Formats: sequence, C-alpha cells, structure tokens
Amino acid sequence: MELFGIPLPALLSQLLLGLVNGSFYAMLSLGLAVIFGLLNVINFAHGALYMMGAMFAWMGMTYFGVSYWVMLVAAPLLVGVFGVIIERLLLRHLYKLDHLYGLLLTFGLTLLLEGFFRSIYGVSGLQFNVPEQLTGARNLGFMILPNYRAWVVVASLIVCFSTWYVIERTKLGALLRAGTENAKLTEAFGVNVPLMVTLTYGFGVALAAFAGVLAAPILQVQPLMGSNLIIVVFAVVVIGGMGSIMGSILTGLGLGVIEGFTRVFYPEASATVVFVIMAVVLLIRPAGLFGKEK
Amino acid sequence: MKLNKVCAALAACGLAVGFSAANAQKLSDDKIVIGFVTDMSSLYSDIDGPGGVEAIRMAIADMQKDFPGKKIELVFADHQNKADIASAKVREWIDQGAADVIIGGTNSSTALASAKIAAEKKKPYIQVGAASSRLTNEDCTPYTVHYAYDTIALANGTGAAVVKSGGKSWFFLTADYAFGHSLEKDTGDVVKANGGNVVGAVRHPLSASDFSSFLLQAQNSKAQILGLANAGGDTINSIKAANEFGVTKNMKLAGLLMFINDIHSLGLPTTQGMYLTDGWYWNQSAESRAWAQKFFGKMKRMPSMLQAGDYSAVTQYLTAVKAAGTDDGDAVMAQLKKQKINDMFAKNGYIRPDGRMIHEMYLMQVKTPAESKEPWDYFKVAQVIPGEQAYQSLANSRCSFITKK
Repeated sequence: MELFGIPLPALLSQLLLGLVNGSFYAMLSLGLAVIFGLLNVINFAHGALYMMGAMFAWMGMTYFGVSYWVMLVAAPLLVGVFGVIIERLLLRHLYKLDHLYGLLLTFGLTLLLEGFFRSIYGVSGLQFNVPEQLTGARNLGFMILPNYRAWVVVASLIVCFSTWYVIERTKLGALLRAGTENAKLTEAFGVNVPLMVTLTYGFGVALAAFAGVLAAPILQVQPLMGSNLIIVVFAVVVIGGMGSIMGSILTGLGLGVIEGFTRVFYPEASATVVFVIMAVVLLIRPAGLFGKEK
Repeated sequence: MKLNKVCAALAACGLAVGFSAANAQKLSDDKIVIGFVTDMSSLYSDIDGPGGVEAIRMAIADMQKDFPGKKIELVFADHQNKADIASAKVREWIDQGAADVIIGGTNSSTALASAKIAAEKKKPYIQVGAASSRLTNEDCTPYTVHYAYDTIALANGTGAAVVKSGGKSWFFLTADYAFGHSLEKDTGDVVKANGGNVVGAVRHPLSASDFSSFLLQAQNSKAQILGLANAGGDTINSIKAANEFGVTKNMKLAGLLMFINDIHSLGLPTTQGMYLTDGWYWNQSAESRAWAQKFFGKMKRMPSMLQAGDYSAVTQYLTAVKAAGTDDGDAVMAQLKKQKINDMFAKNGYIRPDGRMIHEMYLMQVKTPAESKEPWDYFKVAQVIPGEQAYQSLANSRCSFITKK
C-alpha cells in the first residue's frame, strides 16, 4: 500500500520517529511555556540548561562512575538548583521591566555557559553510550525501533502530562495560576508568591535538563547542542501560543511529526518547515494555535 | 638630548642591519600580516578553529628568525559558517591593507566566496580547511592554493578502497551545501569508475542533529554501503544513529570526511575497522610526532590534518616571501608554485599551476581498542596514495585558465 508514492510502512516509521523528536520539542517548549506563563520571562538560556543536563550526566558517569539512571534524576535536580540561583540573583530584578530585558539576560547567560563548557571540552562531543538495559532494538514489523527511542517517548509523555495535570488540575496548580493572574491578591491570601516563582523557574529548567539527559545517548553531547535546538523550540512555543501548557505539548509533538514527514518528501526543507508554519500561524492567529488574545 | 640621539642612531643601525639581513625585502607597510578566517566557535571549531590559530602562531614563531626586524602579524576572524561574513572580513582586511595573505579555514561555502575576493584584490589565498574540489576547478583563480586535501582525494581514497573490497552499491547521506554536493559527486564518480553504482542519496540540512529519518531511507535503499558525505557533528550524529538503528548490521558505513577528533569523540568501540582518508596523521613520522607533541602541550589535544596544514601553509608562504624578497601577491604566487614543499606536513609536495598542492594521502583504518596503545593512537595506514593518484590529473581539470592553455 502506498500513500503519495511512499510505502505505508515507511510513512508509519517516519510518524514514530517524528514523535520521538516531537517529545523533545514538547518537553523543552513545556518548560518555556511554564516559565513564561508564571514569570513572564522569555528564557533564552533554556537550550544552554538542556546542554548542562547532558553535560552533568556525562560528568557524573565519567568522573564519579554514577549510573545513567541516577544521573537522569540527579542532573535535572542540580540544574534546577542552578536555575533557582539564577532566578534569585539575576532574573528577580527584571520582572518589572520589559520582556526584552529578560531575553537579553538569559541570552547572555547562554553565551557564558556555552563558552565555559566549550573552553573545557571543545565542540567535537563527548562519548555517551546508550544505557545497557536499553540497548538493542525491536522489530515492529514496519520498522526497527531502538529500545532507547521507545523509552524516550514514554518518559517524555509521562513527564509532560504530569506537569499539565499538576498545573491545570491540582490545588498547587491553581495557586500557581492565581499567582500569575494577580500576584498581590494571591499574596493577601497568605501564599508565598516569590518562593513559588523561584521554584517554578527551577522546575522549568529542570525539565530542560531532563530532556538533555534523555537526548545525550542519541545525539552528540557537546556545548552547542542546545543552541541548535532552542530556535526551533521557540518557534514551537510561538506556534502553540506563549504560556499555553497543553498547547506547547501538542504543538511540540505535532511539529516533530510534520518535520519527520518533510524529511521523506523534501529533506532539504526539513530544517525550515517549522519556521514556514510559524509564519503562516502568525499571519492567521497571531496569539498562536492555543493562545488567548489578551 | 644626547641619550635620544644615541637611541636614534642605534635604532637606525638596527633597522639597517635588519634590512640587509632580510635580503632587502620589500614588504608592504614593512610587515607581513596573515589573515585567517575560520569557524572559531561552531561545529568545525575543533578540527581547525582555535587550534588552527595556535598552529599559525607556532609557524610565525618558527619563521620569525628569517625576518629580523620585521613584524609578522596574525589577524583572525570567526566566519560562523556564513559565506557573507567570511567574504566581508577578507575584503575589509585587504582593503584596509591589513592582510597580505589569507589562510582559509573550514567550510567550502565560505571558501568559495573568500577565494573570489582575494583574487579580485590579487592576494594569495591559501585554503586549508575546506574540501570542495570546485576551488581548483570551476571556481579556480590564479591566487588560490588548495593545500591540505579536497573532495576528489577523499573520494579516490575511501571510495576506491571500499568498492575494491566489494562494496559495489552506494547510498549517500549528504550535507546539503557546496561541500556535501562536491563530495557526493566526486565519490559517486569514483564508485562508478571502479564498477560500482549509486542507488540514491538523501540531502540533510547542515547541523541536522536527528538523522534517524534519513537513515531509515538509506536502509530502505538496500544498498551495501552508506557513504557519509558530511562532516563534523553531522557525521558523529549519523554514526551514532546508524549504530542505534541497526543500520550497521546490513550496511557498511564509509565516512568520507572524518577527522581524528571525530574518532576521539565517538570512541574506538563504535568506529573500529572504519576506513577514512586523511592527508596527515600526528604519528606518521618522527618529525610530525615532535611537532604534534608541541601542539599537544598548548592545546591538550592532538592536531588534526587541518591544524598541521595551517602550520605548513604559513611556513611555506613565509618561505616564499623570503625567497621572492617581497610580499607582492603575484611574485609570491609565482614563487609558491616553484618551490618544493618538505616539512613535517608533506614530503616532496608541490603546488600545481591550478593551485592544487600535490602530496601523499593516506587511507587509514581505525584501530580496534586492543590495538590502540596510547591516547590518540587511533589509525593504522592501510594504504599510502601517491599525490598524483590521489588528486585529479590536470588533464581532467575544469579550471578555465588551465583548459585554455
């Protein structure tokens, strides 16, 4: 059976691969959306923190012999703590100013972090192998799916939907959302809003680091690995609608799939298709697919 | 007052001595300025980049004794893999009289753009890092020297060796820009000339990061050999994904442009047994080893072919300036094309009229972990390819001022 001149199994396999990439987009854009929603900060350092997640995992495994599974939790925690420090020391002072200042600050941070790691490790990449329990691949009939990629999809879907659930369906999430709507009033009810904001930023960047550790065994681990991705992820956030949680998850997965199909039909355009979609969406729905006009 | 006069007299003497010793060199602005444009910060910056800058500084330090009283300066810029930045920088340097020669770094698109500017301004352009064979064919200029390697030599090395060992049908995974296209075309030609066939190709954007889709397409082609017509991080990600998806079980990988840095980052278990073509290896002779150790002392990693090439290119350029007694572009080019190149990089190398530097190339095989005795001990020489066989013959040249003759 064929569809548009491409055998169906080939299309199915591209769909699955698109989902794998989409789950990275989803996790990263989710973090960005949470941070933007609550802090009103465009966190350009997201890519660098994603890279730090992978780097910390590599360091833990190489210098201290810690297992991949421990680092999968430890690296995001460390990066989360680092995020808390950034928020307390730097971002805090910019909330009253225009978005642009937050963007510039986090962009500067990106350059610092990337430069720091580049001066130590260079750009050729560090060796990072797939954890032993997940090596190998299984034959799905229409394609061979490496076990590790299957794990990536499962892990990221669980993380994405739990985040969505916590923010949209629990008491804690309700407080978070209330704090965003009207910080003063929420504080009047005895909620410690500044602490909540700090922890949110820490959580958002920990998500990025988690994505970084997940990506490490399949992509080249090097200081610039985040900057290749971050621009696409920003496009995903813009398409989904700034600040929309479910929007960023669905858009991330969807664009991963569209990009995957482009790789079959017209591979040369696979790096640009996301931006074409972004331009079209901005023309038709300036607030993004899932965003609300303010 | 008296002291000042003494100083002035001494300075004049010093200048005079310097002048005569340097064979009355006529240098513009009384100094030599070397301009180096390369990728300093992005995907190709380990194979050239800051290491290339260091190699050029080493060459200047070693050659300074031949230019007493004259300054040899280095200016460098990061082109960020953008052709417009590279050519704008080259134009700016030459227009402001700030560069007498341009050493070209990685990325063929930037090289093709820079070569045109240098030729327009009649300044030597010695290209080390970029691979496209167009530099000495369609886009040749009388001022271009293509120094270390090119896509034809890579194709003749790895391409021919793999076809001869039974890899007849090929599928290419190609970086979608000037370099990838040249490498795919040149290797395809070699494959066909040796009795093989090319069943297809897929072109990926530069820095594509995820290669799984492309690899599935390659797998569906049922070809025996997957030719990786890309470089740097793209090659690394391709090989990682190929291993993961089991592509390596029924297809053999041929890395058409791989550097020692790539092997270092992938590790021997993933790369053992792969063939690649290289123009230089740090452990190829006592001379190269000695130089590499010096480089290692500064950069904490072994030099790639490009970094060694940067050193050699600058050394040869300065040798030519000394022999010509001037840094005038035409005179230096004439001298460069006359002199034999014998240094730690090349033996009996020479620069042909079309600008191609002819020297031995090596088909390398990556060692197994057991064979590797020390850090960076990664290659064994599978075959030495004489320069005349490695590079395209002048008879096949598509360079306009060669075919006219």
